[in-house]
Amino acid sequence: MTYNFKEIMNKKERLAPGHRMCAGCGGTIAVRNILRGLRDQDQAVITCATSCLEVSTFMYPHTAWQDSFIHNTFENAAATCSGVQAAYEVLRKKGRVDGTYKFIAFGGDGGTYDIGLQSLSAAMERNHDMVYVCYDNGAYMNTGIQRSSATPLYADTTTSPVGKLSKGKPQYRKDLTAIMVEHNIPYVAQTTLFRNMRDIHEKAARAIYTPGAAFLNVMAPCPRGWVYETADIMEICRLAVDTCYWPLFEVIEGQWVLNYKPTNKLPVEEFLKKQGRFKHLFKKGNEQLIEHFQAEVDKRWRVLLERCGS
Amino acid sequence: MTDIIPFARLMQGNEAIAEGALAAGARFFAGYPITPSTEIAEILAKKLPLVGGKFIQMEDELSSMAAVIGASLTGSKSMTATSGPGFSLKQENLGFAVLTEVPCVVVNVQRFGASTGIPTATAQGDIMQARWGTHGDHPMIALCPSSVQESFTLTIQAFNLSERFRTPVILLSEEITGHSRERVILPDPSKIEIINRKKPAAGIEKYLPYKPDADGIPPMANFGEGYRYHVTGLTHDQSGSPTTDAEKASFLTNRLHDKIMDHLDEITMTESFMTEDADVIVIAYGAVARAAKGAVRKARDMGIKAGLFRPITIWPFPAKETASMCAQAGSIIVPELNLGQLIGEVEKVAGKENRIIGINRVTGGMIRPDEILDAIKSEVRVKKHAK
Repeated sequence: MTYNFKEIMNKKERLAPGHRMCAGCGGTIAVRNILRGLRDQDQAVITCATSCLEVSTFMYPHTAWQDSFIHNTFENAAATCSGVQAAYEVLRKKGRVDGTYKFIAFGGDGGTYDIGLQSLSAAMERNHDMVYVCYDNGAYMNTGIQRSSATPLYADTTTSPVGKLSKGKPQYRKDLTAIMVEHNIPYVAQTTLFRNMRDIHEKAARAIYTPGAAFLNVMAPCPRGWVYETADIMEICRLAVDTCYWPLFEVIEGQWVLNYKPTNKLPVEEFLKKQGRFKHLFKKGNEQLIEHFQAEVDKRWRVLLERCGS
Repeated sequence: MTDIIPFARLMQGNEAIAEGALAAGARFFAGYPITPSTEIAEILAKKLPLVGGKFIQMEDELSSMAAVIGASLTGSKSMTATSGPGFSLKQENLGFAVLTEVPCVVVNVQRFGASTGIPTATAQGDIMQARWGTHGDHPMIALCPSSVQESFTLTIQAFNLSERFRTPVILLSEEITGHSRERVILPDPSKIEIINRKKPAAGIEKYLPYKPDADGIPPMANFGEGYRYHVTGLTHDQSGSPTTDAEKASFLTNRLHDKIMDHLDEITMTESFMTEDADVIVIAYGAVARAAKGAVRKARDMGIKAGLFRPITIWPFPAKETASMCAQAGSIIVPELNLGQLIGEVEKVAGKENRIIGINRVTGGMIRPDEILDAIKSEVRVKKHAK
């Protein structure tokens, strides 16, 4: 099917306006664009881990969700989705349900990289016909910006606070996308809100309509945790991709494909300097921290290029 | 500015818990952010490294509790903090800590409802979970602060009890106390009583990690001090080796129970307010006890002989003290921010002639003093009619 931007953007919103997510929140934009991957005639069951997305999208007496929605406690989105999907399979075989249902689980990086990793890993290994979408904003934003294993090196969070001795989070971020690839599932992709959204639209549609388990890791900036002007979100996402901090790639049946290679790879400080959580890196005397950060980005980029044969 | 008391500070309840932990000598915290307890983790993330301690943010509550147990085995006084949903996840390792007799403190800043509930609303819904949340017969000590000041002192007390009795101690705070700001008077650190775990007297060769002294509590060697011993959640004998022997299994289960129940005089803390001549006694704990105290004062102003009895140690339940309250007063009023949890313990020890009335609120809000006062007044009316 050819990609038609106008057609996709004219689709009815399946996460309707009126929810209480913040202005400039990447999570909301990610979810809206992923749901555009659904065909209009198909229905979806959404499961959602505890997160900003959960608390802010169905506040009594309203719901923003146009599809069935289950919120379960933090670590259970993938397992709950597994149950619904497995039962649906039985009902479908018996001819007890009409129409096509698709199953999508959403979790933040806290609910995905950390507490929910066990249930996610198991759901993917069982190869349920579902998509797990991680909207990765790199910290526990819902409880007030505590570090997660997705938080990048040196980021300032309330549990990796910058101070006289501390330079922010001392550890590297976990490469969850690669971990999911190792599950040998039919489809894994990494994306973000890049330019006109074509990348996320195409990956969402592919993930949803690939039979079996699929995983999407979407970098979704958070204005409160990353500390940026809300209008800058698209620019920050672009810089994440153009600095190769957050490369766009997909792994189809084990084949790594690089979706975008910047013609001019920018230095990572272009991405870092837009965000208050990295402010301390630009103080005099901290130059080596940026160099260190750059070296890690370069190392991961080289590995990715190798995997993609680029 | 001479009238300012030294060391008096305006503090949030959760901050007082963090300060209490530091004052008690806690040097290890492992936790996972959860409203309304997160401030405890955030404060200790900043302060523990400054005193040579360690803060680790874990990937969930199961692992937080496990890390706390591991750290305590090395001799470090260790703590974690959470709220209802996280407390549920900690139950497995809480049971492990009871059976393996590893001292530690678990703070639960209670929030409203089952499951996710209302994360920002207050409640007292975890009273029974604190007692029976983990499976099998086991003892449990839980303390319940009703002010910011007490959040500080009871945290120290929780550490002392856990070290003294080699057992996890639960501090059951509530959202409203955790997020209230009040003046706290910080004692001179040299005047704070600190209890440390009993070290083995016998040599390394003779050490049996679960051989109790006369008081039922085995001395505890720290990992890294030359002792080699096994720690397991399997039922074990005095050497720590797993056993299915009926006598040994029974001995261990009973000893764990008795080491707590034989020392209630050291564990039980209560407050009695105007109970000496009271006809109506309110039994309340935590933040609700403050509304109850207000109600009792108002009742006294009206000439009604009302009193307040407050269990500070909620588990083991102060049964003897409650029984004597029941023996004295005809009517007992038990206000709780749940559908009636501690009232069952009161009913167990009450006499047939006692009238036990619950006031239960499950709205996420507080019980007002006036509501308790109304209940006191209607008990007085009932008595008049009875005459």
